[in-house]
Amino acid sequence: MTAAALGPLWAVVSARYRTLLQYRAAAFAGFATQLFWGAIKLMIFAAFFAAATEPQPMNMTQVVAYVWLGQALLGMLPWNVDADFRAQVRDGAVAYDLMRPLDLYAYWFGRTLAFRVAAPTLRGVPMVVFAMVLLPVVGLGEWALVPPPSLAAFVGFVASLVLAAMLATAVTLLAHISLLWTISGTGVDRVLAVMVTLFSGMIVPLPLFPDWLQPVLDWQPFRGLADVPYRIYSGNIPPSDVVPELVFTAVWTVVLVVLGRLILRRGVRRMVVQGG
Amino acid sequence: MNSAALLVRYLSISLRAQLQYRSSFLMGALGNFLNSTIELAGIWILFDRFGNLSGWSFAEVALFYGTVNCTFATAELLTTGFDQFGTLFVRTGDFDRLLLRPRSTVLQLAGHELSLRRIGRLLPGLVVIVAAWAALDLPMELDRIGLLAVALAGGVAFFFALFVLQATMCFWTIEALELMNILTYGGVETASYPLPIYHRFFRRFFTFVVPLGCIAYFPIVAVLGVDDPLGTTRLFQVLAPLAGFVFLGIALGIWQVGVRRYTSTGS
Repeated sequence: MTAAALGPLWAVVSARYRTLLQYRAAAFAGFATQLFWGAIKLMIFAAFFAAATEPQPMNMTQVVAYVWLGQALLGMLPWNVDADFRAQVRDGAVAYDLMRPLDLYAYWFGRTLAFRVAAPTLRGVPMVVFAMVLLPVVGLGEWALVPPPSLAAFVGFVASLVLAAMLATAVTLLAHISLLWTISGTGVDRVLAVMVTLFSGMIVPLPLFPDWLQPVLDWQPFRGLADVPYRIYSGNIPPSDVVPELVFTAVWTVVLVVLGRLILRRGVRRMVVQGG
Repeated sequence: MNSAALLVRYLSISLRAQLQYRSSFLMGALGNFLNSTIELAGIWILFDRFGNLSGWSFAEVALFYGTVNCTFATAELLTTGFDQFGTLFVRTGDFDRLLLRPRSTVLQLAGHELSLRRIGRLLPGLVVIVAAWAALDLPMELDRIGLLAVALAGGVAFFFALFVLQATMCFWTIEALELMNILTYGGVETASYPLPIYHRFFRRFFTFVVPLGCIAYFPIVAVLGVDDPLGTTRLFQVLAPLAGFVFLGIALGIWQVGVRRYTSTGS
């Protein structure tokens, strides 16, 4: 794509992002809620680890990092659809999008990317500050988010996080495109939310799942959303294994983008615009 | 018509309305079902990995899980009116209409909708209670079953009270805040595990401020017939679910204060 083609897309991403940043009270409520969830989850994991006699695939420090990063970046997971987008399909305003002189998939990708990234930047930064700086200060250092063990782990984490945002956008966009068929979309996003929550590692970190399930878990796309970046951060995935993991997430992203484009092409052809 | 008959009338109308949209109801129930089962899957995964949780077995923890999910789902059946109160009644000014009718506002809001899709959480909860009971080989004694029933009733009162409090906040904030999710959905997650695993601050908070432990952990310890690691007496465990009703009474009192403060919005 040329710079001229990217211009309008960048405008879309930044305008949408600034709109979403307006809801500060909601962000504070969300912050407090996620803080509570993080604390409860940590106490549950700690109680299980306290009784563990044999070595586990993850240690408690790595689980602590996993939980706090998960709470900080929760909004980035593709567990819901953009309510504005749903309203657009329902009232027929989606027809305007079809008339724009832009590649429709790329335009929606930009919008959806902004939707996925806005909330975590607003909620994530205070969460990281809290978990990394404030917890040790008040004497709860064992529950604190520790920095990555090496610079390589940090660089790998940032790279995998960028890819995770792309993957999350591609998944969300599949749900958005499915709205063209189902209109209300309440079914699709519920099932999607459950799949994403369980298989990204948000309920229990994936390495703690039963050993016989690991070969299956290793190949499904949702681990690229949370499990991979969080484990690279804590060093549970060593820096030497980072590159294959990045390729894994990138390949799944490309597959889902191609799939999304194909479905969108069909969807536009048979779409019925609502409203009048 | 007396209040109970009126409530039944409200709810049967709501029921018939929902059955007109059968696929919407089925998808909603499926969503509730999946959400509650992945929580159970999470508990099972951790037990499969670690074996036990400071002496508690999977079946024991499953009984906590089943109890709290049943009570929460039953409370949710009757509280859509409260849950959506800010959006549906305060922001639009529609609460005026409720105030004009010669019936209590609580009755009208409870009758607003019987949220049938919640059976997607209620049914797995009941199945888990029965399965855990069988797996633990608990005797079918009248006092055990009676205590479980009292715990369930107290739990419904407790979660009902939380939704009333959430709605009451809307008199000040117009829209409900996500903050109450800590106590509702967060409460379900918290109470699915035994109280002693939590830090002292959380234990006290969930016993004396928001009595979540009193409607799940303490009575279930007595139902299981085990000693409480926290050292409470049987008498306390048996009486604890009553805190759910006291909590509801307080919540309804605060609701009345909120109603008096209400000023109409909308046009």
